[in-house]
Amino acid sequence: MAHSGTEKQVLTAREAGLLGCGTCGRVSPKGTTVCPRCETPLHSRRPGSIEKVWAWWLAGIFAYIPANLYPMLRTSFLGREQDSTIVGGVIDLIHHGSFLIAAIVFFASVIIPVSKFFAVGYLAWTVKGRAHISEHQRTVLYEVVEFVGRWSMIDVFVVAVLAALVNLGFVVNFKPGIAAFFFALSVAFTMISALSLDPRLIWDNSTGDGASDE
Amino acid sequence: MTAIMAGPVVEGAPHDHDVNEDGELIACVVCDALHTVPTIPPKAALRCVRCGNVLLRSPGPALDRILASAFTTVILVVSALFFPFLQISASGFTSATTLVETAFAFKGGLTTPLTFVLIFTIIVLPIIRALALTWAVMPIRLNLRPLPQAKAAFRLANLLRPWSMIEVFIVGVVVALVKIGGMAKVGLGLAFWELLLILIIVILEATSLCEKTIWRILERKSRY
Repeated sequence: MAHSGTEKQVLTAREAGLLGCGTCGRVSPKGTTVCPRCETPLHSRRPGSIEKVWAWWLAGIFAYIPANLYPMLRTSFLGREQDSTIVGGVIDLIHHGSFLIAAIVFFASVIIPVSKFFAVGYLAWTVKGRAHISEHQRTVLYEVVEFVGRWSMIDVFVVAVLAALVNLGFVVNFKPGIAAFFFALSVAFTMISALSLDPRLIWDNSTGDGASDE
Repeated sequence: MTAIMAGPVVEGAPHDHDVNEDGELIACVVCDALHTVPTIPPKAALRCVRCGNVLLRSPGPALDRILASAFTTVILVVSALFFPFLQISASGFTSATTLVETAFAFKGGLTTPLTFVLIFTIIVLPIIRALALTWAVMPIRLNLRPLPQAKAAFRLANLLRPWSMIEVFIVGVVVALVKIGGMAKVGLGLAFWELLLILIIVILEATSLCEKTIWRILERKSRY
């Protein structure tokens, strides 16, 4: 893993007066509009990247609020109906002693979305300002956020399986709640938000002086 | 102004700095650092000198793995639609569901739009993506000219990658089963095991597919 510690003087495609494709990496002369290799529109930096990140980020947060306030699942057990929210479902699991599953659901539905809001917000904020962590660490953060976002959908799928499978007449059955809809929206919006971020912006202010130790 | 070209770091191979024939350049998609592309030794990855991101890989068995995973994904997802999926029984009652019925679980009421989300993320998009990958990669593997719209197909496959969520769904299924475990007896159908197999295949594919490398090959093959 050891990156050679010597931070060499790095020349970027932009500094060299060239256009690097953000999809395939092919280098084209300035003025080229479409990448000849992968046929995506060429931009030295994707236009409006940060604005898009913030717009989808905000939409994601707005959808996440009702996702937590409204019921995710309606359980009917021997004629008694009970609504449970995301956090309520986790608490039920703990009461049943399923700690591992409670942890998975809590992680996927609460920890991941919330830390994703913070992480994407931090990355977008520090593109223009000053960051407390190095470009390397922010790149890792960006990659983790991109990778992990879709796994938040687990809870929506759990609700789908429960509602479709458990239909034991009067004894017990599950119905999906409206929160599932808002939650899925929130996941999709935050995924788009993270995908809108052009990672090259993270590195643009670094100027290669390698001041941050490591 | 003398440009200092960062010599890329070759991982897993002895450093060999006699640089390439045609002076090809590549920019890192993560940090925009410019590199010259040397001949990549087998099993090696070319990494960015600045941020460490993989610039290119030696193709190795990547094409075979992509095709293998595409074929199996299509076969498994399609056949899983027709086999029994899950069944539970408790106190004399039984109930069962198929994959399609699960996809329709949100039908009725305000959650109806989620039906489309489920059908697309767990059935339609994984199949389209596998077909698009096959369309783009198969001719290359067979040393033929790329098919018309091969680039469009590969672009589509990459675009769909985050939204094809079959592996996330499978983990969701397992979580749901553990949730039910306490109150009913669970029966696992063939479709369930097929999906579990897809989980492994999807992970295998994700670790072998290097988008930038395939793009480079596609461009070269399209020239002739």
